[in-house]
Amino acid sequence: MGKEEQFDTATQSVEASGYKVVGTRPIRPDGIEKVTGRANFGADCNLPGMLVGRIIRSPHAHARIVSINTDKALALAGVKAVVTSADFPEIGPKARGAGEAPVSFRDMSRNIMARDKALYDGHAVAAVAATTAAIADQAAALIEVEYEVLPHVLDAREAMKPDAPLLHDDLFTKGLDPKPETPSNVSQRFEFGIGDTAAGFAAADVIVEHDFTTQCVHQGYIETHACVANTTEDGMSTVWASSQGQFMVRNYSATVCGMDITKVRVMPAEIGGGFGGKTTVYLEPVAIMLSKKAGKPVKIVMNREDVFRATGPTSGGHAHAKIGAKKDGTITAGELTMEYEAGAFPGSPVQFGCMTGYAPYDIENVKAVGFDVVVNRPKVAAYRAPGAPVAAFAVESALDELAKKLGMDPIALREKNAATEGTQAAYGPKFQRIGYLETLQAAKNHPHYSAPLGPNQGRGVASGFWFNIGGESSAAMHVNEDGTVEVVTANPDIGGSRASMGIMAAEVLGIDVSQVKPLIADTASSAYSMLTGGSRVTFAVGKAVCEAADDVVVQLRERAAKVWDVDIEAVEWKDGAAINTKSDSGESLSLKAIANTAGKTGGPISGKANINATGAGPGFGTHICDIEVDPETGRSSVVRYTAIQDVGTAIHPSYVEGQLQGGAVQGIGWALNEEYIYDDKGCLQNGGFLDYRVPVASDLPMIDTVLVEVPNPGHRFGVRGVGEVPIIPPLAAVANAVAAAADVRMTDLPISPPKLLAAIDGAK
Amino acid sequence: MAKHHVATTINGDPVEYLCDTEQTLLDVLRDNLQLTGSKEGCASGDCGACSVTIDGRLVCACLVLGVEADGCEVGTIEGIAEGDSLHPLQQHFLQDAALQCGICTPGFIVAAKSLLERNPNPTETEMRYWLAGNLCRCTGYDKIITAVTNAASELRGE
Amino acid sequence: MTQIQFSAPTSVDDAVRQLTDGGSAAKILAGGTDLLVQLRAGYARPTTIVDIKRIPELRQIKAENGGFRVGAAVAGAELSEHAEVKNSWPGVVEGLDLIGSTQIQGRASLGGNLCNASPAADSVPAMIAAAATCTIAGPGGQREANVEDIVTAPGQTSLGEGEFIVSFFLPARPPHSGDAYLRFIPRTEMDIAVVGAGVSLSLDDGGKCVAARLALGAVAPRPLLVEDGAKALIGTMVDDAALAKLSAAASAACNPIDDKRGTIEYRTKVAGVLARRAAEIALTRARAN
Repeated sequence: MGKEEQFDTATQSVEASGYKVVGTRPIRPDGIEKVTGRANFGADCNLPGMLVGRIIRSPHAHARIVSINTDKALALAGVKAVVTSADFPEIGPKARGAGEAPVSFRDMSRNIMARDKALYDGHAVAAVAATTAAIADQAAALIEVEYEVLPHVLDAREAMKPDAPLLHDDLFTKGLDPKPETPSNVSQRFEFGIGDTAAGFAAADVIVEHDFTTQCVHQGYIETHACVANTTEDGMSTVWASSQGQFMVRNYSATVCGMDITKVRVMPAEIGGGFGGKTTVYLEPVAIMLSKKAGKPVKIVMNREDVFRATGPTSGGHAHAKIGAKKDGTITAGELTMEYEAGAFPGSPVQFGCMTGYAPYDIENVKAVGFDVVVNRPKVAAYRAPGAPVAAFAVESALDELAKKLGMDPIALREKNAATEGTQAAYGPKFQRIGYLETLQAAKNHPHYSAPLGPNQGRGVASGFWFNIGGESSAAMHVNEDGTVEVVTANPDIGGSRASMGIMAAEVLGIDVSQVKPLIADTASSAYSMLTGGSRVTFAVGKAVCEAADDVVVQLRERAAKVWDVDIEAVEWKDGAAINTKSDSGESLSLKAIANTAGKTGGPISGKANINATGAGPGFGTHICDIEVDPETGRSSVVRYTAIQDVGTAIHPSYVEGQLQGGAVQGIGWALNEEYIYDDKGCLQNGGFLDYRVPVASDLPMIDTVLVEVPNPGHRFGVRGVGEVPIIPPLAAVANAVAAAADVRMTDLPISPPKLLAAIDGAK
Repeated sequence: MAKHHVATTINGDPVEYLCDTEQTLLDVLRDNLQLTGSKEGCASGDCGACSVTIDGRLVCACLVLGVEADGCEVGTIEGIAEGDSLHPLQQHFLQDAALQCGICTPGFIVAAKSLLERNPNPTETEMRYWLAGNLCRCTGYDKIITAVTNAASELRGE
Repeated sequence: MTQIQFSAPTSVDDAVRQLTDGGSAAKILAGGTDLLVQLRAGYARPTTIVDIKRIPELRQIKAENGGFRVGAAVAGAELSEHAEVKNSWPGVVEGLDLIGSTQIQGRASLGGNLCNASPAADSVPAMIAAAATCTIAGPGGQREANVEDIVTAPGQTSLGEGEFIVSFFLPARPPHSGDAYLRFIPRTEMDIAVVGAGVSLSLDDGGKCVAARLALGAVAPRPLLVEDGAKALIGTMVDDAALAKLSAAASAACNPIDDKRGTIEYRTKVAGVLARRAAEIALTRARAN
């Protein structure tokens, strides 16, 4: 792309806001370790005498486990321990945890190690620890599992049929009245809405209605799951793990292993990508148990195929969208019915799909119904705005068709119906100050939107909404004797959050960001913090950091007051220094000066904040995508892409842009090429990066970004979560661009070349 | 058969190790030599996180047997910086925020260095195709391309 | 635990001996980009691995009888950097160059790509279109074979026990000749071919096609030489009608499978498209020299 075509994405927040540090782009504190190969990720931890653990997995999609014989494996020289589900406590159905999605510990335990049945290809059934990888592999092959293969089901609508193979004979659909008397694969029915959609459709001049299908896709983090557990004779277990939350790993592992939380200490490794997929545990409880039995540390690293077979993914499923509008474009009603595949245990994000699909719009009559359906696939995990991309694919594709029918510009249609401050969202709340309309205006005014298109090219737009969350968060701040400051939080840094913590601390303290060192503490060295997820860290943990800095500032003022022998009220804090307002000469003491003499004024200075952050601001984004279609092969190439989003205030704009770019590209992959492919036995056929086709560098253009900044009133710097919104619009933005380029409406993702070519040829 | 004795050069230093036939060079680097900067993302040559050079040629360490490196010169991420000064690629990955989680970063830097040694002024398309075997799931590649472009420019003395 | 034997012979004779001693459970290691994946996945369980990359003949590229002799273990990157071969046989170089990433190119070889015997191997249709031959060493001495006669079925070759390919011969090019290889993949890189098409053709001074070969990959259990494709072009000016015939011949020759990478219908259709597009590139190249 030529320079002249580049749109200026620089934000003006530094000048406009008066902030000194917020909005600047310092080098991230953990950067040097990561560009030199020194950073320690999950698999990089090694302990003396460490054993290698391997998981044995079901080769069947659905099978009763008749017996497991571990004798031959245990007899092999070098094998130190074998575990099966018999080594883990039975957990009752009532044990539940909190998080972005509610957690059933019974299901979690059974997902980590199958009990009576293997419920998907790749379901763990046993594990072994040995002195070397080669011996562990050999031992794994010696574990004899007798299976009785059962019929399986992979698709949500198939699994809902009365004669479908039943995964759980104790699963009764919740949300139905009356309560069902027979078990089924539908774990729950959800419904959200306002108004009367029948009346809304009756008032409509134009109605569009489409059925959509999407496939299961994986988060695709490059780092596979890995951990080391060292369980000692006193029953203490120290776990080094790559995850999205060390406290999550501690709680889940302790619960699954039947241990007190104090018996487990989790040391957070650097995390090599998660996108929601590392918000649960797979290996850690197994490593703890193997280590306990063997009396030695055990390391388990998943291979890539097992990551695809047994972790992640997010739901595929079906969606049916129906939208009615007046001739002038006013939407009178919207309906959405969705069936999501949860994998082997309940818990698809279908309710989030129901809540988010129409959230960008101010519509009087909305009804969204969702079904959470278990199938013989791996249990889904969170993936970036869980549930929302599929719902938005349906709604935003249908809106594109509606705009076409009405003869309206697709942005104008969205502007006419956009939710603004005060809009009653169908899923519950009234919106406070939001920036959806501003993203539409920025899209309309962006040179991309009016740029000429080449042959076989088409342009699509689509929008997306995500709630963003707050939650329990902790921060501590230690002022060192030389005036530098350590900022201690307990959330894994998944994409540059240390930099944001440092910036906010520096802004509040009024010192240079280079004087601040952000650190991430283990579970024994920090107060509890909820995991990294829900786009919450910069907002919620950032809030804790700001409040910990406030705490430090109060103490700094107290120390200065002591030196000057004045009341603390007489001491102001400005630009990193205490000012004595009683002094005519404007007497001041810098943070550094106060720190240097802390020993004489009362000892160490440190602050903390433990909060349950509220006031998270919802995020909206609008994307513009240009696609070129090869009409002879059905291949779609993204030729230009612009992601526009209300980001509240960008604390470190480079990493905010990075979230928009990375999320957009994950969405492009979802739209065009990514999908789980199973054979007729229900075994995964593409468990590797060769055939699970994530976008590669040569597939893409530069991803232009526009950071619209409508500050969130719930945060002192106006922060909104930014990480999840960007994966929501691309599915429909791509499909809408394909529709414009090839004149076919693709309702079945991915828009792979064979499907698109068949559609093009079929339309001829 | 006993383990193989391999004498090689890693990042300019003579290194000897013992390995089994089936151990890959990546296994040897990470497990035997504790050079954990090279990452295993796939073990099948599809992700590039284990990119190293052998006699100056860019390869995936997961697709080379440890025993094959006998008599060869191996270059890894740990040898990119000189003393305490970062390579311009490392510097620009930091300045241009070209990493988010950082797991793919060592592979990208090794691969990009190999590109710039052969082609000091690559086009965006040349960069994208050269780096197509290095997967990044966080950045969408945008800032990586920017960082390589800026590092190339600095290396050319512009 | 029984370890896998490993040797790295420095002569063809030593390699033949070690392979013969290893029997059917011996595996040849060239670039390793397939073998190591198979080892890790447990698909291949050899008792002996013979690394042939330290044999000089396997690593050389040299001019011979107006053409080129290319060692079977020459890495893709090495062939791509050879200006003369690239000038004479750009399609062959493109075919090898399309295999995997830059990193794979540092290792992957023509010999390995052929002997892995995948129907979708990228360098093979281009080599067949080029009428390349290979020199095979074995317990009975050396023999020559056409590239199209090596792969017999997925994963199977016509090589006997103890045999391996030493080198390939790319023949001399008459004036006004050109070749091209195109493959279809869903992404721009890193995929296995859904369809591959290689075309080589020569024109007379008047621009009439006097020789042509079309080969297809990934549309049958083994790479195909499509005789009807050649017939469609020879004697024509390679005009639209001839190209349409070539395209139809390509589609007609297909006998593909439905799998995770493509459907029968799709492969059949796209084979015709790629054959035509490859012929157009080969034609442009032939007219330019």
